[in-house]
Order: sequence, then structure tokens, then C-alpha cells
Amino acid sequence: MSNDFYTLNVNGKDHQVADSWVGESLLWVLRERLGFPGAKNACEEGECGSCSVRIGEEVVCSCLVLAGSAIEQDITTIEGLSAEGELSDVQQAFIDAGAVQCGFCTPGLLVTIDDLLEKNKNPDDLTVREAISGNLCRCTGYGRILEAVQMAAASRRGEKRE
Amino acid sequence: MSDVKTETPISSFRIGDSAPRPDGIPKVKGTFAFSSDLWHEKMLWGGTLRSPYPAARINKLDITEALLIDGVHTVLTHDDVPGEAVYGLEHADQPVMAAEVVRYEGEPVAIVAADHPEIVRRALAAINVEYEEMVPLTDPEIAESVGHIHPDGNVFRKINLRHGDQEIQGDIQVEGVYEVGMQDQAFLGPESGLAVPGEDGGVDLYVSTQWLHADRRQVASCLGIKEEDVRITLAGVGGAFGAREDLSLHVHLCMLAMRTNRPVKMIYSREESFHGHVHRHPAKMWYRHHADREGNLVRVEARVLLDGGAYASSSGAVIANAACFAGGPYRIPNANIEGIVVRTNNPPCGAMRGFGAVQTCMGHEAQMDKLAVALNADPVEIRLKNALKTGDQLLTGQIITGTAPVAEVIRTCAEHVPSSQESSDLMSLPGGAGRTADPEHISRGEAIAVGFKNLMFSEGFDDFSSAVCHLEDGVATITCACAEVGQGFVTLAQQITREILGVEEVILAPAATETVGSAGSTSASRQTWMSGGAVQKACEEVRLKLLQRITEEHEISIDDLVLVEGQVLSLNGDFSISIDAASENPLEARVEYRHAPTFPLDENGQGDAHVSFAFAAHRAVVDVDPELGLVKVVELVTSQDVGRLLNPVQAIGQLEGGAAQGVGLAVMEEVLVAEGNIRNASFTDYLIPTALDMPPVEIAAIIEHPEPGAPFGAKGIGEPPSISSTAAVVAAIREATNLELPRVPVRLTDIVSVEESS
Repeated sequence: MSNDFYTLNVNGKDHQVADSWVGESLLWVLRERLGFPGAKNACEEGECGSCSVRIGEEVVCSCLVLAGSAIEQDITTIEGLSAEGELSDVQQAFIDAGAVQCGFCTPGLLVTIDDLLEKNKNPDDLTVREAISGNLCRCTGYGRILEAVQMAAASRRGEKRE
Repeated sequence: MSDVKTETPISSFRIGDSAPRPDGIPKVKGTFAFSSDLWHEKMLWGGTLRSPYPAARINKLDITEALLIDGVHTVLTHDDVPGEAVYGLEHADQPVMAAEVVRYEGEPVAIVAADHPEIVRRALAAINVEYEEMVPLTDPEIAESVGHIHPDGNVFRKINLRHGDQEIQGDIQVEGVYEVGMQDQAFLGPESGLAVPGEDGGVDLYVSTQWLHADRRQVASCLGIKEEDVRITLAGVGGAFGAREDLSLHVHLCMLAMRTNRPVKMIYSREESFHGHVHRHPAKMWYRHHADREGNLVRVEARVLLDGGAYASSSGAVIANAACFAGGPYRIPNANIEGIVVRTNNPPCGAMRGFGAVQTCMGHEAQMDKLAVALNADPVEIRLKNALKTGDQLLTGQIITGTAPVAEVIRTCAEHVPSSQESSDLMSLPGGAGRTADPEHISRGEAIAVGFKNLMFSEGFDDFSSAVCHLEDGVATITCACAEVGQGFVTLAQQITREILGVEEVILAPAATETVGSAGSTSASRQTWMSGGAVQKACEEVRLKLLQRITEEHEISIDDLVLVEGQVLSLNGDFSISIDAASENPLEARVEYRHAPTFPLDENGQGDAHVSFAFAAHRAVVDVDPELGLVKVVELVTSQDVGRLLNPVQAIGQLEGGAAQGVGLAVMEEVLVAEGNIRNASFTDYLIPTALDMPPVEIAAIIEHPEPGAPFGAKGIGEPPSISSTAAVVAAIREATNLELPRVPVRLTDIVSVEESS
């Protein structure tokens, strides 16, 4: 970068990125420069979804985004989902349903599912499967994750799920 | 699951409850520190130069140019290894860095520490290595008969298992040759760690691993320092599945940190990860089953050949499992099994979930189906007729003294009526919506498979775990070096402690070599039994000390006291004291726990080599478009023998997750190796099941018959889900296609015969 720094808006706050190399991905800058290690680094070629963050209204693989191209956009990371310290409904559902094992895929899945439920409060099984098909999980076989999505969706609809 | 309890306070979660993970909240918030998240203000980044050739002589290795790059702090090679030049889990034969020759593609040749990963990459590119390529040994079939590619020879281990009558013939004989491809564990969290040099000449290593103390032994040996000067602490582990049982970057990180006197962090890329850990052994298996006309097994003959790749890793134990369990969970009075695992210039292979039993299950279950066809019998009935039970003999001559509900897992799995609905959505067709599968052409197949394996380490290995329980002011602290890799031991340790001590708060100290003895490996489905047993024993000793203290201070008989919800009460109600008050003066117990001893296999592969066995069955339903060669696994049903269910939600997670890895091996997962080179070292090209590939897993039965000798009667449950799932899926594809399909993963071209164009 020719400038000394540029600014990224992450989870509603501006952060200055100083002395960076122009080729750094958003994932790298979030993790190593700005102290948001929640986005994960399982493949770094856009296949596993563990680095998923939201830019504006779109969920992206932050490993494929040049950090400099995310200037002046709203970036939401996993750290932004429980901003006030309270777990979000999806986060709570992940714990309750047993959707977390090693947890490496968890942040990316939560960002993806949070986005899905913002856009669709009543997704059927196949819709959920398609929505999370870009997020690889090696531990769970997805069963408890799918259950967690339905638990969170039910709570957003105001239903009590048995 | 609809029966998950969420409203109950955490403190009430005991044995048998679906206790939530203690690391769940940091994991969902993104604040859980995985090994790749480690950070130190003064840290450097490390990297590894790897051989591009599977077999080559190193004629020249020049690091001069790399050292000149600004920001490079050190470049180290084989000559810089301070201690033993080689390491290994069972047998030290793998160089820390290659000396004169490289024996597999990806073998480490040099390591670098620099200010930024980009400088590391430039430095690695500036290292000048002149290789003289050699013809790689890539065919395991010829490994035994050609020249040695390593001073220790080309055969890691050969087992000739002979049981009973070696000549007896059955009226019905079926034969087959089967192959299993190389599977990758494909954990998501890449190999990573941070080494910090100590002021005392030692080193602190924070790393994701399955077995801290085995790492310490090997690292200390290669560094040439005392074991106590290598202090290893478990960093957050992003899955393991066997791939972290061997060393990867451990010695390299420590060497870089000690040389630069700076903390050094290293993370493998996904491509490097594929080259940087062992895989599941590819297998070639020949089988001949003999049965009488009623379908009773008379004899099994088999030859199992595993490709161990360049270095030993745990190959010796893998082939022992493959040979011992080659026949499956059936009563087989006579057997001759040859098991052999050889060295080649292919990628090194070692531990992966199921450990030898996965490969042979695919073979023995195909044979049982062939037998059913030959006898015109039902495949379920033929399995039930031969099912092992308590008191029966294994192929090793060992009599099963524990529980063996084989018939029950088969029957419950076969009889389960699935609850899932048929979907007419095009996305549900083989290949999904993007392909052109024609619903008219879809052929459905359904089949069952059953498998088993040993729990814990076998063949006389001194297998133990260690734990410390410290009780103070009513708070219990458990220290155990059991590697939590996602399986949920941390949850279980809290449940056990609450169960025995009746306390609310249970703190888990970090898993580290400094504070406690070895817990053994997080593998072989052993930690629930072994480290669960150690925690149980430590808590029981503390409980006894607490009661003895109260007995002495208050003149009450120990038999009159009970621990209930944070209180010690006398049975007649006359006396009570809170555990908080009773433990104001702390109590502690430090224990080692061992399972019943096992014994080596003799020259005929006979002996009481194993402790306990766990069984599972899977039934698979698949849809196949035979014209396009596309497969959709529609449904899996499973039953599993668990001894006793300790945490229902966690158990279901193991059953579902293990089955997913089995589905992967059946239809999509293979490390493609051409002339010793991995061709698909990425998640773009090595495919693991996504949520669209994975069917629902219906649990027909979780079978609870408490296992004698096991803590709480519980068996380990991690591996069985990965054993018979692959065999069931491929059998279902055979049913759908009427093809023999002797190889997994089943490829599109195995289903569609592609005409050769001239």
C-alpha cells in the first residue's frame, strides 16, 4: 500500500490497518492484524467456508477477498454475532443441539446460518442443506447442525420447539 | 434430538445426561484459541521446504541465498538437527529432515523462520536443492521382492495368522479381491503451533496433537535434550481422526525457536497438510470364505496388503488390527490370514479412525453378501447365523469375555423403519440439481453391513492414563493430559467428577506434560475408558479422603455418609456439612489407571491381544443413475453397541460424524497418488461430504449392555461408526447396479463403462 494505513469497518467499528502488504487477504488482516481470529483458515481457497464473514448483505469467504477491497463496507465477523456478550439464538442453538465438536467450522457456519435466517425464517431441510453446503464440517456429519438451524428458526418465529 | 435438556443448570449434568460442552460458548463466539490462533508479540513465522519428488538423491543443498533475504532469521537443514535424526511412533525411521535421500513427495528438506509468511515463502523458494531423481517404488505388491528403499527394509510387518484347521474346505466357497483407496482425515484445523524458547535451554511447545507425552518423548530425542525440558501444552485442536498421532511440525518449530531464541509460529496450508500427515492405508485384499450348506462359516482365507508409504508410523499396529478382525464379527472356527504392510515411496500412512478394521470390513462384508447369494439366503440371516457372541473365539483364539451384542446390532438395524420422507426435489437426485439425472432411470439399492474393532491399545502395550483431582472449597479441578480434539472428553470429565463428588463446579486444567503424566493417545476409541477411568479413580480417592476426614473429625461411620448436591449427609439425617466447608483444607489424588493386561500375538497370530470390542451395523439406501454413474446416499440407519450411554447428544454426534467419514470413503474420498505424487492435495480436488452429500443418519438402537471392567460400563464409541458405514454404502450401490464394485471409493467410471476411443 502506498498509504500508511487504510480503514476497515468491522462489526460496526472502524479499524486502521497499518503497514500492510497489498496482497493480504481479508482473512489474514482480520486474524493477524486486527485481532479477529474467529474467522478460520482451513483451506484458504474458498472451499471450506470456515473463513465466512458477511460484507454488507453477502456472505463471502474472506480468504478470497483482498482486504483493501473491503474498504467502506460493513464487515460482520463471528465476533459481531454476540456483540453485547449475549449469545445469539443460533449460537445458543448450536450449543443446545450438540452442533459443536472440534468447533473449527463453527464460526463460518454461524455467520452463514445467521444470514440464512435473516432472509428466510422458515427454511426447509433442503434449503438449509444447500445454504450450508459451502461450509465443510468434518466432525458432525451435519445432523446436529441441521437440528440447531431448525431450533434457531423456530425461536425466531416465536415457536417453542419440542 | 427433541430430548435435549437446555433449561437445566449445568451443575446438574451427570453421567447419562446430555451435558453441554464446557468449551461450547467460546467455540460459538469465535474466541476459542485453536493452535492456528496462537500469537506472541515477538514471534517469527516458520515454514518448511518439501521435496517435489517421491524418490531422489539430494546432491546439493544450498541455503546461502535464502539467508541473505531481509527478514529471514534462520534456515535449518538435516545437519542442524541437534539430537536423533529420526523419529517415529512405534519405530524411529522417519528423518526430521531428509539427509541424502527423500523417500516421499513432500518430505521436509529445510525449515525457515522469518518476519512474515510471505518472506518465509520467498526464502523457501531461494533454497537451492539439486535432486537426482530415482525411480520410485510405488507398487506395494512388489515392495517385498525389490531392493530396499530404507536401511530398515521394505516390510514393516507381516502377520501369518493361523487358527484351527488350515486345510478344511467348505461345500460353499466364495472368493473376491477388494481394494480400498487412500483416505485423508481432512480435519479442518490445519497443523499449527507455537514454540517458545525457554531461558533454561528448554522449550515450550503449544500444539494441536492427540498424544502430548508421545510427542514429548520424540521431540526431546530429536532435540537432544531431556524430556522434562520439553514442555508441551495442548493448543485448541481442530479435529484429528488419527492424523495428529504422529509428529508433524513439532521438532521443526522447536529447532527454529531454539536457534533464533524467538517464539516461532507455523501453520500448514491445506496443500501442505495433505503432505504433512499420514493417511489411511490403501488396501488390497483377497478373500476366500468357506461355509457349509446351512450357511455356517467353516474357514476364512485372506491376504491383506497395506501400503504403508515411506515411513513406519503406526503401520505395525494397523496391520495387526486388519489381520485380527479380517473375518468380521462372526464365529469363524478356522482361518488363515496373511497380513502384510510394506514400505513404498508413496505418502506415509498411519492412523485413521477405524485403524485397519475399515479396510477389512469392506472386504468381509462383500464376502458375506456373496455367500448369501451363493446360498440363496437372506444377507441379514446369514450374518445373524454366524454372529459372534460372548464366549466365542476370535481368529486370534481369544475368547470374548465382555459383551458382544452382534446379533442385536444387526437385528435392530435391519428391522428399523425409517422415518424420513421421500423427496421429489431435483436437488435430491444423484448429482443434485446441476446434473441431469433422470428420475425414470434411477435405481435404488439397500444393504446392510456390520463391523467391529478393539478398544484401547493391544498386544501387551502398557496402556494407561493419568489424572489429578484437586478438591478445594467445594470446587474440583481435574488435570489430565487427554487431548480434547472435539470428541467431548472435556464434557465427560465434568460429568464423571460431578457424579462422584456431587460438586457443582468442575474446572478442567490445561492438558500439559508439565502437570500430569501421560493420558495415552486420543485414538483407538480409548479415552472414555482410559482417561474417563483415570478421572473416576482420582475422584473416588478424593471422595474417600473427604469422607475419612469427616469420619475422623465427627466420629461418624463412613458407611453412614453420602454425597448429595454439594452436601455430605448422614443417612439418618443427624449430620450434614457442605462439601465447600469440608474441603476448605484441600484434598488431592494423583492416579494412574490401566486396563486389564493384554498379550502379544504369537508366531501364528494367536493370543489374548485385545481388551474389549465394540460393534456397529449400518444399513444404507442409495439412488444411482446408472447411465451417468451418479450416486446419492439417501439414508443411513445404524445400531451401535456402546456399553452404557454417558452423554446422548455427544454420542449421536459421534455416530453421525463417523458415518459421514464412512460415506466419504464409499463414494468420494480418495487421495489420488500417481507415481508417488499426490494429485489432489486441496479441498477443491479432495472432496469430503457436504450437507448436500450427507444423508440423515437414523439411529435404530444404541445398545446398552454394561461392559465388565469398563468405567461406568461404557465402551468407546468413536470408531465403530466409520467401520461398517462404508461397507453398507458400497453394498447398496452393488444392489442398485448389479455390478461387483470391488473397490472404494466407487467412482463414476466404475458404474459407467467408458468405451475406449481408438
